[in-house]
Amino acid sequence: MSACLDTIVAYGLRSIGIGERLLPKRDFTLCEHFTLIGSGLLWNLYFGILAIFFGFFLANAIAMAKANRRWWLRKPAEWFIFIFRGSPLFIQFFLFYEAFVLLPKMGWDINLGFTEITVETRWLTRAWLGALIVLILNTTAYSAEIFYGALKSIPKGDIEAADAYGLTGWKRYRRIIWPTMLRLAWPAYTNEAIFLFHATTLVFFSGFPAWRQKGDALYYASYFADKTFNPFVAYPILAGYFILLTLTVIAVYGAINRRLNRHLPQEARRKLRIRPNVVR
Amino acid sequence: MKKLVLTAAALAMSAGMALAGSHATTVRMGTEGAYPPYNFINDAGEVDGFERELGDELCKRAELTCEWVTNDWDSIIPNLVSGNYDTIIAGMSITPERDEVIDFTQEYIPGSPSAYVALSDDVDTTGGVIAAQTATIQAGYVADSGATLVEFATADETIAAVRNGEADAVLADKDFLAPIVAESNGELKFVGDDVVIGGGVGMGVRESDTELKEKFNAAIQSMKDDGSLNALIRKWFGEDAQTF
Amino acid sequence: MFSWCTDPDTLEGLAWLSCYLTTGKHMAFYRSFGTVMVLLLVTAPVALAFGFAGAMAARSHFAPLRWLGKGYTAVVRGVPDIAFFLFFVIALDQGIEYLRHRIKCPDWSEPIRQGNDFVVCPAAKMPLSSAPQWVHETYGFALAVITFAIVFGAFAANVLYGGMRAVPRAQMETAEAYGMSRRQAFWRIMVPQMWVYALPGLGNLWMILIKATPLLFLLGVEDIVYWARELGGSKTSAFTYPHPDWRLYYFLALLVFYLLLTRVSEIVLDRLMARLTHGQATSGAKSGGRAADKGLAI
Repeated sequence: MSACLDTIVAYGLRSIGIGERLLPKRDFTLCEHFTLIGSGLLWNLYFGILAIFFGFFLANAIAMAKANRRWWLRKPAEWFIFIFRGSPLFIQFFLFYEAFVLLPKMGWDINLGFTEITVETRWLTRAWLGALIVLILNTTAYSAEIFYGALKSIPKGDIEAADAYGLTGWKRYRRIIWPTMLRLAWPAYTNEAIFLFHATTLVFFSGFPAWRQKGDALYYASYFADKTFNPFVAYPILAGYFILLTLTVIAVYGAINRRLNRHLPQEARRKLRIRPNVVR
Repeated sequence: MKKLVLTAAALAMSAGMALAGSHATTVRMGTEGAYPPYNFINDAGEVDGFERELGDELCKRAELTCEWVTNDWDSIIPNLVSGNYDTIIAGMSITPERDEVIDFTQEYIPGSPSAYVALSDDVDTTGGVIAAQTATIQAGYVADSGATLVEFATADETIAAVRNGEADAVLADKDFLAPIVAESNGELKFVGDDVVIGGGVGMGVRESDTELKEKFNAAIQSMKDDGSLNALIRKWFGEDAQTF
Repeated sequence: MFSWCTDPDTLEGLAWLSCYLTTGKHMAFYRSFGTVMVLLLVTAPVALAFGFAGAMAARSHFAPLRWLGKGYTAVVRGVPDIAFFLFFVIALDQGIEYLRHRIKCPDWSEPIRQGNDFVVCPAAKMPLSSAPQWVHETYGFALAVITFAIVFGAFAANVLYGGMRAVPRAQMETAEAYGMSRRQAFWRIMVPQMWVYALPGLGNLWMILIKATPLLFLLGVEDIVYWARELGGSKTSAFTYPHPDWRLYYFLALLVFYLLLTRVSEIVLDRLMARLTHGQATSGAKSGGRAADKGLAI
């Protein structure tokens, strides 16, 4: 037990470069499996949470653009969504990585007042920035399509009622259209979030190189599978972690969903519950 | 009494079947098909290279029918132990870790060195950024050496990483790197000293497959004795290659 | 292929390219597009069958069966498909061989697990090791289809379950009022109607399936990604057609292929939806339309 505590201290944050530098080499224990794969999960969380955060705002903008009557707003949004939804993420990672390494290596000093940092194009070839950008663009496209679908299915009556109350422009959007859209889109958006977390396992698997053996959960799982030549321990552990992660995502999104629907009468709420499965 | 006879007959039958089976079975040779000149897929779409020629000759000498299959490097050992093919002949160095899980025949290529390749001479091979293919002995070596290891899924990508400046140098089998360096018009060059990691290259077989291992051991020995193995090594790896 | 291709070293420009693009290896690349299409067309109905069974189990009144159905969808949906593919195929293969071993070689005395080795009698090998290569490839392909079907069956089960619940209750009550048994009402009233509600979700699933096919190479099937990598990688003069790293061009070709496939699917699904919902005012049909879909980890 205390040996396992030592392992956790040594490798618990290995994926972000804290702790023991060399990975275990032989006589792997189950504890090492759990610790390192769990440590790698930090990267999956990092990619998933940040991509969802930025993707959410961008997706709102793109969905509005796609619903816009002006073609110069609508067309680019449609193409953006089509290209990112129509191609495998696997190929997007590859193409973006190829493009990023072609960029000239440059750096800019940015003065933040209290400290000065150097922004470098080199960062784009690193997973923490490059892969994050690809994931943001990818989830933006998928979420935008979900939001767009929801926007189109807002009951006409709601909007007419808003008009009748004299709500127009930004106010009408913020008070009526946006909340309704979000409410309708939420179940499908929950699925998108789950899939996005799953998609983060591809970052080091086929897209971006792992530096100093700092990788995500799948990276360490395949490290163990490769060293022990036994896929039946490491991958099921990885699967277990992801089932927990998925359950957490469902719980968090479910809580938000209840909040979004809290004004509806009990009956209507249940009705909306049915729709998620259909929309999925 | 009757029961006993029946069991004996069944035993004899199954033994006979096993014998007949072993004659009829084909030995499936697993390789990667992406590591020239050891093994690669030629333009006709077939497995080709040093190991193809060697393997066919070994099968002839051991009087076995052989069939070639390719498998991804990452899962090449799990698929051997689970019986999807019977040998690994894929430029695999004999290491203690691998030897714990599978058995190796005797070496058919002597301990071949690995080498660093870079764009310029002034690369720090112990402190710089070194690229290697994931799950190779070179990746493990770089991780231990103190250099910053960058891992790529394929050998091709490691070379590309050096070309585009992502990594300072790449560590890989020298035999694999030599033709690439030779054809780069002076762009790429060997730097630092060669390092010898792991033993020579042997064929991997399941630990339970001692019979097959002995057959191939004998065949390799006979090729060593009559000098045909050395001739084959020179043909594929050049006149300077290490021989037995 | 062409008459002028006998000595590639002397060729240049278009002549070289015409020979290069028609090598045996490129032919295998082109055939692999067919492999992917066949996989899609075979997997879709099999996955639908898994999904239907899963949805029925999840609706069952027999508790263990219900748990099985719900557990199946929950577990498989919770795991990234890539992690699933990395160990499931080997497990499936070993499972099949183990069963065959029990049936075909009951007198086999040696243990099946010898250390790391998984050893079954030669007669239980699947396929037999003496079988020609195409049998092995077909078997590998079949394993890939089953694996894909299990993963996508879980998602299809979820969609179909939703579709069944979306059929208005009044319909079922009416059926019961006419004296139909539960079973009759299910097959005659619910099943025919649920498709309209399930179609948007199933359409999305089809899109996801398309975008999951690049993972085929993980399952040991030589698919388009395998060949694109293999052909695109730089080739030294050990090859007949040496060239630098051309993976970018090959992957761009794959991009175009996937975009076209998605576009065609979108058009067909839209038509199908328009026909099915003709004259029907279902909210599911309208709102579900093109809402959610996402590459499974792809």
